[in-house]
Amino acid sequence: MTEPLLKVENLRIELKLRDGVAPVIDDLSFELMPGESLSFVGESGCGKSMTALAIMGLLPEGIGRIASGKLIFDGEDLTTASEARLRQIRGNEISMIFQEPMTSLNPVITVGEQIAEVLRTHQGLSRKAAWDQAAELLDAVRIPNPRSRVSDYPFQMSGGQRQRVMIAIALACKPKILIADEPTTALDVTVQAQIFDLLRDLRAQTGTSIIMITHDMGAVAEMAERMIVMYAGRKAEIGPVDQIIDHARHPYTQGLISCVPHIMSDLTETREELTEVPGIVPSLREFGRDQCLFASRCKYRSGECLQHRPPAKGFGNGQISDCWHAEAL
Amino acid sequence: MPAARVTLIRIFYALALLLAVLVLNFSLMHLAPGDVADTISQSMGGADAEVLERIRIDYGLDQPFLVQLGRYIGNVLHFDLGYSFFYNQSVTSLILERLPATLLLVVSAQVLALVVGVVLGVVSARRPNGMLSHFVTFLALFGYSAPVFWTGILLLIAFSLKIPLFPVAGMQDITVTGGFFAHAWDILRHLVLPMITLASIFLALYSRLARATMMEVLGSDYVRTAKAKGLSQRDVVYKHALKNALSPVITLAGLQFSAVVSGAVLVETVFSWPGLGTLAFQSIIARDTPTILGILFFSALVVIVGNLLTDFALRLVDPRLGGRR
Repeated sequence: MTEPLLKVENLRIELKLRDGVAPVIDDLSFELMPGESLSFVGESGCGKSMTALAIMGLLPEGIGRIASGKLIFDGEDLTTASEARLRQIRGNEISMIFQEPMTSLNPVITVGEQIAEVLRTHQGLSRKAAWDQAAELLDAVRIPNPRSRVSDYPFQMSGGQRQRVMIAIALACKPKILIADEPTTALDVTVQAQIFDLLRDLRAQTGTSIIMITHDMGAVAEMAERMIVMYAGRKAEIGPVDQIIDHARHPYTQGLISCVPHIMSDLTETREELTEVPGIVPSLREFGRDQCLFASRCKYRSGECLQHRPPAKGFGNGQISDCWHAEAL
Repeated sequence: MPAARVTLIRIFYALALLLAVLVLNFSLMHLAPGDVADTISQSMGGADAEVLERIRIDYGLDQPFLVQLGRYIGNVLHFDLGYSFFYNQSVTSLILERLPATLLLVVSAQVLALVVGVVLGVVSARRPNGMLSHFVTFLALFGYSAPVFWTGILLLIAFSLKIPLFPVAGMQDITVTGGFFAHAWDILRHLVLPMITLASIFLALYSRLARATMMEVLGSDYVRTAKAKGLSQRDVVYKHALKNALSPVITLAGLQFSAVVSGAVLVETVFSWPGLGTLAFQSIIARDTPTILGILFFSALVVIVGNLLTDFALRLVDPRLGGRR
């Protein structure tokens, strides 16, 4: 069996609030294999982006911190790595693309320079060589006329093109892991499909592992092999995508899936009615409690749900669900 | 719009503005009581009505207002700003003699305020709760509320009298001999105190603004991207953040340019700096109308040119304004 590329062990991230601290990530463990595509799913504020920023070592300074746990990348614990070492890894071995292509690129620097500086920093390329490769990368992310567009500024490009540039920057050094934080949320639907196609093709070419953060179950079904469902800073369920969609073992996952019209079903099939998950995510102040945090919104709620945090229950097919009633579902 | 056309339009507006300033200045001076005839008769030790009348006819002061205005504008277009009866010299040569001193003071003070202001702003933005950050806030309050002549006098007392590091007044020491460098060094020594005095107000403004915009920019998405690329701290701050934070500071500097020029009048008077400011002060007291008009014209020219340069500088910093290609 191959070693996992990234191993997250009992990660706990605390966020400083006006009145004390809240665990925005509470005891999260997972593994990412080389070449694998893993998706994080969950509502806004459940800690998806915090996990990504923690892996990058970019938690908001003075506000968020890793309280305990390990992030083992290629045998090296990133939580104890020096800032200089983290800089060597960022953009080189682990890189990230963000949700907002409109504001994620520097408005006063040419896109070519924004790509080329990564190559100069991490691979020691000369100005000329880096610039040439920037044009090649623009070509690789399918921007027409790459030779002339390298000297464009971001304001001369559309949202979809800017996200392509972000992807070119992220993949410039052929990273081992690409973290995509809601890469298509700000784009319109046809462009979303193009970006997913691009990411899939580039992954097939480079063998990069992808961690994709999204709240779009359709995107998960399309992009990922395994998924982690997050709720209120905790893992709700983890497992292979098709099996979870086929038979979710956590009421929250079930709720998310039934929100989406016809994932993986044919148009002719009779479809179940769309439902919603009632209620809202608990506030940050309730995050650390020793109970199931989903209980207030759950129709299967019983006494033990409110008394203790549910244990992880594994199933033979690789599915793990943190629910007291997992077997019964 | 192509950059060349934008430039031409800017220059056209600048010239139109200059003409408007010329008309306004002349009209204002015309409205004020007293004219050159009074000045001349005063210097002669008094004259009767008949002599005054003759002087007025000699100098064209009996003509209608519009004729005088037209003649004045015509003369200015030939770089003739009139003749100063007080200094017995043509106004143009008088001003050109004084202009370099003022330009030296104004430009060096502006550059000092910008450079130090931006550096203080950037450094304090990186640690918004650090000692330096509080110092910048204090400095801004002090620099902005202290009257510039008072700051000047305090600096004079401290660094010319108590600790005689710098000369008390003037721009050059006539006893200095030697080549170009000896003179340059001498002027520099004279320049330090007035420059710091004039810069102090603007330094306060620029450092506050630089600190605020820098803090905003450091929290922006593209700075996060720059960090996620693994760039060095220096590249993140000075390449990615600073370039974006500069635009508002340059805009303010351009707007403040007129204030710098008018501040120069006070500073020059305090330090007896032989520039346009002291000339303006003296010629107002002497009611030397042509000289006052000439100085007003040149101050307007300096401010308008300063604004033009600001505009071009902004275009260099921000490609969205269309300065390149």
